Order: sequence, then C-alpha cells, then structure tokens
Amino acid sequence: MIEMNVNGTVHRLDVEDDTPLLWVLREQLGLTGTKYGCGVAQCGACTVLVDGEAMRSCSLPAEAAAGRTITTIEAIEDHPVGRRVVEAWVEAQAPQCGYCQSGQVMAATALLAATPKPTPEEVGAAMTNICRCGTYNAIARAIGLAAERA
Amino acid sequence: MRTEDALAAAMPPGRPVNLSRRGMFAAAGAGLFLGLALPARTPRAQGSAAAALRHATKVNAYLRIAPDGKIHLQNPFVEGGQGIDSAVAQIVAEELDADPAGFVVACAPPGEDFRVMQGGNVRFTGGSFSVRSSFAHFRTLGATARAMLIEAAATRLALPATALTTEPGRVVHRESARALTYGELAEAAAALTPPVNVPLKDPAAFRVIGRRVPRFDVRAKSTGKVTYGIDVKVEGMLLAAVVHAPRAGAQPAAVTNEAALRALPGVHSVHRLPGAVAVAADTWWHAKKAVEQAQVAWQALAGPVMAEDFSPAAMLDRLKAAAGTPGNTAEEAGDLRVALAGAARVIEAEYDAPYLAHAQMEPPSATARFNDDGTLDVWVPNQAPDFFLATAARVAQLEPAKVRIHSPPLGGFFGRHFAYGSANAHPQAILLAKATGRPVKVIWSREEEFARDAYRPLTFATFRAGLDVVGDVVALQAAGYGEGPMTRHFGAASLGNPPVDASIMEGLTGKPYRFAAKRVEFVPVPHPPGVNLGFWRSVGHSMNDFFFESFLDEIAHAANKDPFAFRMALLAHSERHRTLLNAVAELSGGWRRGPFQAPDGTRRARGVAMASPFGSEVATIAEASVKDGEVVVHDVWVAIDPGRIVNPRTIEEQVQSAVAIGLSSALAEEVLFERGEVTTRNFDTYQVMRRDRMPRVHVRIVESGAPMGGVGEPGTPGVPPAVANAVFALTGQRMRSLPFSKTRLSGS
Repeated sequence: MIEMNVNGTVHRLDVEDDTPLLWVLREQLGLTGTKYGCGVAQCGACTVLVDGEAMRSCSLPAEAAAGRTITTIEAIEDHPVGRRVVEAWVEAQAPQCGYCQSGQVMAATALLAATPKPTPEEVGAAMTNICRCGTYNAIARAIGLAAERA
Repeated sequence: MRTEDALAAAMPPGRPVNLSRRGMFAAAGAGLFLGLALPARTPRAQGSAAAALRHATKVNAYLRIAPDGKIHLQNPFVEGGQGIDSAVAQIVAEELDADPAGFVVACAPPGEDFRVMQGGNVRFTGGSFSVRSSFAHFRTLGATARAMLIEAAATRLALPATALTTEPGRVVHRESARALTYGELAEAAAALTPPVNVPLKDPAAFRVIGRRVPRFDVRAKSTGKVTYGIDVKVEGMLLAAVVHAPRAGAQPAAVTNEAALRALPGVHSVHRLPGAVAVAADTWWHAKKAVEQAQVAWQALAGPVMAEDFSPAAMLDRLKAAAGTPGNTAEEAGDLRVALAGAARVIEAEYDAPYLAHAQMEPPSATARFNDDGTLDVWVPNQAPDFFLATAARVAQLEPAKVRIHSPPLGGFFGRHFAYGSANAHPQAILLAKATGRPVKVIWSREEEFARDAYRPLTFATFRAGLDVVGDVVALQAAGYGEGPMTRHFGAASLGNPPVDASIMEGLTGKPYRFAAKRVEFVPVPHPPGVNLGFWRSVGHSMNDFFFESFLDEIAHAANKDPFAFRMALLAHSERHRTLLNAVAELSGGWRRGPFQAPDGTRRARGVAMASPFGSEVATIAEASVKDGEVVVHDVWVAIDPGRIVNPRTIEEQVQSAVAIGLSSALAEEVLFERGEVTTRNFDTYQVMRRDRMPRVHVRIVESGAPMGGVGEPGTPGVPPAVANAVFALTGQRMRSLPFSKTRLSGS
C-alpha cells in the first residue's frame, strides 16, 4: 500500500512500487487530465506538482511519491497561482490541440509560485515542455500576463 | 493537381476505392487490410453550386437548438487545435443570426449527410480544406435554419413571415415589440420542410465572420477537461499494449514465454496480431510492462520484410540513381531543350529531405466495444470517419451499418490520422475486443508510434536553370523523385495521366513565377512497403518549396541579383504576388538582406521565400544568425493571402503553429533506421523544436478577395527556405540537404 495526498485527498493505493505516478493518477484515480506523451521525461505532458515542485510523473515511481502532496491539473483552479495561470492561458488563448497544455500550465504554476516575476532566462529554464502545435509564443505571453498580476 | 484535390478525386463514384494498396497489405502481412474499400458513391456533379450544397438544407441533421437556446452543431470536421469547431459555428452564427458563444459543437458521426466536400460526396479533415470547402454550405445551413425559425414564429404570432426579423438568438416583431427566442421556436421550426434558395447576407453586412471570435475549447484545454481518444473510458474495458515487429513486415510466429507473461500482475491475455504482439491487462501500465518482456519469434510469414540493409541513406542513393531518368510531365511551357541549348550559362543543383514523423503529442489509441445487439462502437482519433468506418467494418466482418465511429478531439494530427493501414490502432482494438469478448482500449507507446507512423517520404529533387547573358532565366527544369502517400494509399491509377503524384510534386509545381521555357517532371521510385508513407503538414510543399525557393536563390546569386528584387521581376505578371511580397517586406521594416549587425552584436541576415499552398499565397522573411555552428532564427515575418477569411485570430495562431513546425522540420527532424529498424523512437532522438529555438513570429493577413484558400498548413513551407536563404546570405553556405543540423555552419 502506498499513501499519497492527491488534490487534497489522501489515497491508499494498492500498486506496485515501480508504477509511474502518471499511471497511478490516470488508471487508479481516473485523473486523465495529466497526459502521457513520451514516458521518458522528455516532453513534459505529464507534469504535476509534487510538494509544489513541477515533476514529470511518467518517470516518478509511485514509491517516490509516497507520503507526498500531489497537485494535478484537475485541482489547478484551487491553487492561487494556478488559477491566475489558467486565466492568463485563456486570455492569451494559448492552447491549440491542448494535449500538452495540462503540463504547460503545471510547469508555469510551479515557476510563478516560486518566482512571481521571472526573468526570460528563468522562464526558459522552467518551461521546457514540448508543444508540437508550436504555441510557445502564446505560452510566453500567458506567463507574462500571469506574472504581471502577481 | 493539388494534394487536397487529388485526395478528393481519389474517391470517385462508381468504383470501389482501394484505400490500402500493396504497401499496407505487405506490411500488415495477414491480409487484414486487403480489399479495403468504400462503396460506390452517388454520382457527383463537380462544379455545380447546387451539388456542392447537396446537404446544406438538412438543418435537422446538423442543428439542434435546445430550449435553453444552446445551439448544438454537428461538425463534419474534427477539432485538433486548428479551431474548426469555432470556425463553423462562426459561419453558421452569421447567417442564423446567433451568438457564436452559444454553440456547442461535436464531431458528426460518419454518414452521407456530412460529406460536404467535392459536390457533397467526400468528407475528411485535411488539406487545409475545411473552411473553404464548407463556407457556402454552412452559410446556407444557417440562413435556412433562420428562415425556418421565422416561419415558426410567424405561425405562432399569426403574422406574415415578412413582418418578422431576427436579432441574435430570437425572432422579433418590431412593431409590436414582441420576440420569441430560438429556444422557444426550435421544436416547431424543426418540423417544417426546409425552404430552398434562401438568400444569403451581403458580406458587407457580416458582423460575426471576420471577427476575432475566441475559440470555444481554450478554457477546457487549459484545465485538463478535454477527453481525447486516449482518455476514453468504457465500462468493463481491458487495456492493451503492443509491440510491433522490429522490422516491418515480419509476423509473430510464437510468443515463447506466453505462460510467464500471463502470470504477471494484472495480465489478462497475450495475443498475436498482424505484425505485432499484444498484451491485454487490467491497466495499460501492466499491459505495457508485460508486452515489453514478450519473447517473440518474428518470421517472414507473408509478404516482404524490411531489408536488413535498409537505411535512409540507401533510399536516397536509390532516388539519386534515378536522376536524369525521363519523368512524367507535371508542367511544361516552351521548348526547354532549345532554351537550355541557347543559354549563356546553366546551373544545376540537387536537394533532398528526410523521412519525417508527425510526432503529435497524443500517442495513438483506439477503443472497441462489441455490443449485445451485434453492433460495434469504435473510438479512434481520425481525420476521415467514413474511411475508418469502412476499415472497422472490414476488420470486424460486420455490415458498415452496424459500426459506429466516435471521433474524439485530436491531441495534434498534422496528417497523422488518416486511414493508413498498419499505422492505425483501431484494427488492433477490434481484433482484441473480438478475441477477449471485452471492450479493449489499445494505446501505442511513444516508441511504437515513432516506429510505425506513416512518415513524410524521404525525397529528392534535381534542378537546372539556363541564364542568358544579362542573367535572366530563360529555362527552368525541375524533377521530383520518389513515392508519396497519394501513390501509396490510393494507387497509381489515382495519379492521372501521365501519372503525377501531387504529394511528391506540389511546390515544384504551382509556383507563380513565369519562365519562358519550363519543364517539371515526376520520376516514380517506390519506397519499401515496410516504410509507411503519410500526409505531413503541408505535404509536398513541406519539402518542395524549400527545394525550389532555395534553388531560386541560387539562380539569383549566379545572376548577381538581389533575391527579393529577382522574385519581384519574375512576378511582373501577378499583382497579387507582388502585393504579398511588398506586404511581408513592409511587415519586416523594409527588405534588407544583410549581413548586418544587430543591436545585440550578432551578425545577421535575412532570406525570403514564397509558397502557393492549398489555395493560399504566402510570402515569408526570416532573420537568422549563426551560433556554435548552428542556425539561430530570431524573427519570422509571414504575409498570408487566403483570399477571404473567417477568423483573423485563428489565422494568426495557425501561422504561428505552421511556422513552428516548419522550422522544426528544417532544424533537426529526421526519422533514422539502422538495419531496417527505426532508431529514432522517442523525443530524445527525434528532435522536435523546443521553446528555446522558437523565433518571434509576425503575421499579416492580406485579404485579396481571391477564392478562399486554406489556413492550417500554408504557413509551413516558406520557413525552411527563408531560413536557408538567410544562412546563405550570412555564410555563403548553401544547405541542400535537410535537416540543417547535418551542416556545420561557419561564421557567427
């Protein structure tokens, strides 16, 4: 049994220790807003907050998430910074196909929670998720909007 | 012929269309995809406006207005980020007189009523075809529905219809200040016979079309609330993971450790499929872990297997060996031989581009459920539901009428989700659902996706230009070599006479420049059946405009002319193109080639390119520098003329996206093989562009009033040549082989 707090609820989960957090979220908890993109921590579509830090859940074994607090996109609007990020995302109309955007929003939320007014270099270091639709400029604009309102 | 027209024309009435020819059959091996056919269609009347609007008064098939006033619209096109749900709502809202924000749009099921293209006979989402092929249809639909609502109100109010008008969402009688909402009238209106020949609005009175209407799904996509195919959940379903043969074409003769696999946690069963092995389990993670441990005896049971010595380099050698072979004429003007013989100077060049993967962010999946009543439900990402229905019925051995196809929003597509035989996951889901007696969702891992995508073909082109003594072009010859997805999936018979594969040739053909003598030809050279070929964003243009516009720069250089002025001179006959070139120059602050020093101290230059893709015209300027031997692109300016437009904001966004993928393709993307196996199987080895290399993108829309063109793809093809031409201006290095990462650049 592995215990973790996901979006404010403590779950006791009967999963093998090496099950990636991504698949615990998607298949055990039905939280499909977190996306599978590559499985090897390359693309960032699976990004969630683990104790407030952006992590790629496809490569985080369940045992490593044990006892920690996980925030997924489903609870993003309960997060004060996350709510601001979502509003900025909508205003900038950042998503196109949308598949990577859960991870992008989570990564931006972690960045702005830690660094409310990031420099372009800090944005670059934090926002490394792939978007095949190429919404990178809209994402940059959205982060700028969210930072302005911090 | 353009790709989109060829695609549509490849589905003619009166004979079955073989969607899956030798390649698919050979790759799939077991005959699963053989004879895949669509039934004959009703005769089409191309060019007839009435025929084009064959389904435009079927109001009840498309629209349902709920009592709360919400307008539910069935969209023949699938949403994948291009904004088509919002665009069709915007068009209908204009004529219906409604607020586009009040629409709820869903992807329509397969069926006759939703074949809105090519005289009302064809339906697919691709070729940047959606809005332009359905603009008149949806305007007519909206206007017809409005007339029915007015008629229903007239009956209700006992007034003549002519005394009534509409305001957004309601029918009003101004004199008595009475109004009825569409929601109140919908039921009565739906019972009326749709009128014909309802007049459309004067475009000068448009209040919705042309506006920056927000896309509908942005909030849902910003909060993880969209259900993609991979998220579909069906009661009682098993999850399945697959591994395909290391070399395409091989079949699983046996899984030698099947008993051990079945003993692994959560595993339900182990299956052999055409060209693949599958494990079904309680979760996908369990299925994936198990299937990756499968010990499989792969054998050449039927059809060819990828040769062990196959590589892109070997394929390129095969194409190069065909250089000089007389090809099939695609375009011809004047007497090329005479013109070349009389030229003061002849320059030649060869270009090539690699296999590309779509690399859409959502890995493929499919869910199949056989129902107690003998029907089958299939949820599968797709760009052509009728095609997928035909393939699903064939695999399931059911009458098409017993199959339902559900088309979820796409987590990116770029051409990935057509019916590509072995590159589709739904046949596997159907076979597994049949074998297990349970609903099954198959998900391909990213590694399986990169290994079994339908790739943009590796291509090769040769050019020859004759110049006279003052450096004017007197002769131009271009040839494209290979096999495109048109040949592969629709057969040589679909290519016309003489056969010309538009998916290999467009962009070498269709250029706006005028040359006294010109010959463009297609030299067919097949790719191995184990390499599946697909349509990739902007298709033939994605490589050919790079080839052509780079060579045009080579000619300008040889003639000692500025590449911008050189293009202007070749476009003396076309005000539309000169206007566009001037627009992009102005957008970039005036044409300057450089090299010049930028304020940050870097040495930069600019390149220009033009493209005529999918009915639109595009001019592109890129500014680049070189750092550590690699190109850095700072700004891209795009002027696009789609003739007429629906939503300028969506167009700007689509150009941003198209520029990104175009630049990505040029920088570092290529599918590699070793010993017949794909080696670029995840994003660590298949390099798609990340945020750090994204340039600023500036867009200007020019509405020339020409017939409406496409929007989703046209921004792509101008980018690679504009960048390459900038690099040449900067370094003197001419990049003739994509991707750029193969060339170490000098200077900085």
